[in-house]
Amino acid sequence: MYQYDEYDQKLVDERVAQFRDQTRRFLAGELPDDEYRMLRLRNGLYVQRFAPMLRIAIPYGLLASKQLRMLGHIARTYDKGYGHLTTRQNLQFNWPTLESVPDILADLATVQMHAIQTSGNCIRNVTSDHLAGVAADELVDPRPYCEIARQWATLHPEFNWLPRKFKIAMSSSTTDRAATRVHDIGVHIIRNEAGELGYTIYVGGGLGRTPIIGVKIRDFLPEADLLSYCEAVLRVYNRLGRRDNIYKARIKILVKETGPAKFAEMVEAEWAQIKDSYLKLTQADLDRVKKHFSSPAYAADAANDTSYAQQLAANGSFAAWTRRNLKAHRVPGYSAVFASLKAKGVAPGDIDAAQLDAVADLADRYSFGEVRVTHTQNLVFADVQQKDLYPLWQALAGIGLATPNIGLLTDVICCPGLDFCSLSNASSIAVAEEIFERFENLDDQHDIGEMKLNMSGCMNGCGHHSVGHIGILGVDKKGEEWYQITLGGSSSNDASLGDRTGPSVSRADIANAVQNLIETYLDVRMSEDESFLACYRRVGMVPFKTRLYAKVEAEA
Amino acid sequence: MSTLIRNLRIEADDYVSLADDAPLPTSGKLIVSHARWLAEREALLASGLSIGIKLPNTVDVATVLPEIAERPLIELDFPSFPDGRAYSQARLLAERFQFKGELRATGKAVVRDQFQFLLRCGFNSFELRDGQDPAACLAAVHEFSVPYQQAADHAEPVFLRRRGNAA
Repeated sequence: MYQYDEYDQKLVDERVAQFRDQTRRFLAGELPDDEYRMLRLRNGLYVQRFAPMLRIAIPYGLLASKQLRMLGHIARTYDKGYGHLTTRQNLQFNWPTLESVPDILADLATVQMHAIQTSGNCIRNVTSDHLAGVAADELVDPRPYCEIARQWATLHPEFNWLPRKFKIAMSSSTTDRAATRVHDIGVHIIRNEAGELGYTIYVGGGLGRTPIIGVKIRDFLPEADLLSYCEAVLRVYNRLGRRDNIYKARIKILVKETGPAKFAEMVEAEWAQIKDSYLKLTQADLDRVKKHFSSPAYAADAANDTSYAQQLAANGSFAAWTRRNLKAHRVPGYSAVFASLKAKGVAPGDIDAAQLDAVADLADRYSFGEVRVTHTQNLVFADVQQKDLYPLWQALAGIGLATPNIGLLTDVICCPGLDFCSLSNASSIAVAEEIFERFENLDDQHDIGEMKLNMSGCMNGCGHHSVGHIGILGVDKKGEEWYQITLGGSSSNDASLGDRTGPSVSRADIANAVQNLIETYLDVRMSEDESFLACYRRVGMVPFKTRLYAKVEAEA
Repeated sequence: MSTLIRNLRIEADDYVSLADDAPLPTSGKLIVSHARWLAEREALLASGLSIGIKLPNTVDVATVLPEIAERPLIELDFPSFPDGRAYSQARLLAERFQFKGELRATGKAVVRDQFQFLLRCGFNSFELRDGQDPAACLAAVHEFSVPYQQAADHAEPVFLRRRGNAA
């Protein structure tokens, strides 16, 4: 993975010192509340319902074992012993004191971590494919490009005070696992017909109050031009993005109101001015970063192992887990292993200090000392030999991270909701728990098959409800928690926004509602091979809606 | 009266901002609004006075460049603390259009916590917001010693240093 040099380290250290001074001045009454708020947000620090929340950047989701141990240390020392993995591959601590945050940041800096631009109206953490570098369907590893973009975006002097937050995601595989089409800039790394590397650029995607699928503004951008093109997009946005209304300030509204063709024209005109500037990447620039992501020393004989086949035959639980929680690896004899953070009785994405330490040890033992965070709030050991799968499974089961539900109904994406977040209208964690209990039976879940159930406690959409096969959105009606349901969303290559079923349903009925939808699907699907999403796209809303509202209380 | 930092020194402000309805004085250095400049260009030029222009942050500097390029001073506005539009205006004026006069930042963002960014985007003159400690603003110039990006301040960015180290 990327290793800081003296410059990267110095910048992070200087940011800690700057933030420490900003916090000191705020506590001394020298910095107005409102300004400190905007400054601390640019360093990931929110003040939430009960306590501050610190969001730590995990660039493109990649963590080394020493970083995991440091996160465990921080959870124990400054928090209530656990953290929460987010849909943007970051990690949040929900209980630090404001006064302790500079010390937390100093601790993070010792392991090449920070909280820079994890919040605020600036360029956020660049996210990517959690199977980057190992996926069988990958063209090239997207992480070097993410790292190059990360450095460009970090403390960019011109783009730190944008109209609204700005998110970039990159992918280079036939299956988009990074939800690129719902980002402000989505980058697909491709080869053109001449075999040259480059990018297809999408802009103006986003979730939240006005969910929109991003539009393509360039078919092929040469590899050297990534930063100049991003700079052109950002400059147009910084100049023309709306600042009169926070709900219309994202770039998606500018693209929509301007029209994608006209917007693309403005970007191209700006880009023409800067494409041959210092922003053009040299081969040396690219090579320098790419070499940080070279393949680890894979064992040539990994596929010769026979113990794996024996364990599969001997242990049904292990075999069930491998069917669900492994993904194919480009190297024979290796797998990418998902550790599920969606276990019974645990808030989706939560991980405690002991688990963080244990995951670090397992990463060292079985996966070259690294793990990845997925945007579905799970962890991936990306490079596990097949002979190690059984002991890894046993170890994960021992720490509650071996629920065999990846991609199934109980693998819900879920925001912290009303339990933590001051923006939220409704509980999400408690609903996730109820759904978990109702569908805990794995045979039933396997029968239901591939399912993305995404849930947000408010329309800001941190739980990606708009792109869930089933989406659930918490709404407040006269102080009561109600839930709007959408069907048919997807953040993959076939990205689409879910359609609303109709009136929202009550807290008491939301789990029933999900059950009704699932039963409808099981009744109307053509075969077990037709997924919920495919089935919905074929039959449409009517059968689902009919059954949904026949049995539950709904309010217009 | 707010403090002026110019070329990284605390200096007396020799310019006076002239309200749109105020009569033209017979001497001194003036800053007039872009609107007044457009409306009274001939008379203002004929006065022989040294006249700078204050641009709203909504103006496309490329469009108005012919009208303002020869002015000794251009003032760009930050009407609120988080409104960063003038950062882009400043970079275009300083880098693309090579404006060599005084490029002045004014408004609610001209504080120590944005000072280094302002400097990096090409401002060479800062009308500090009331209550700002000028010494602290000048110290903030050194808050970050190794920028990732090349910008108008010509600080050597990290990627150039790395290219140099590799050579």
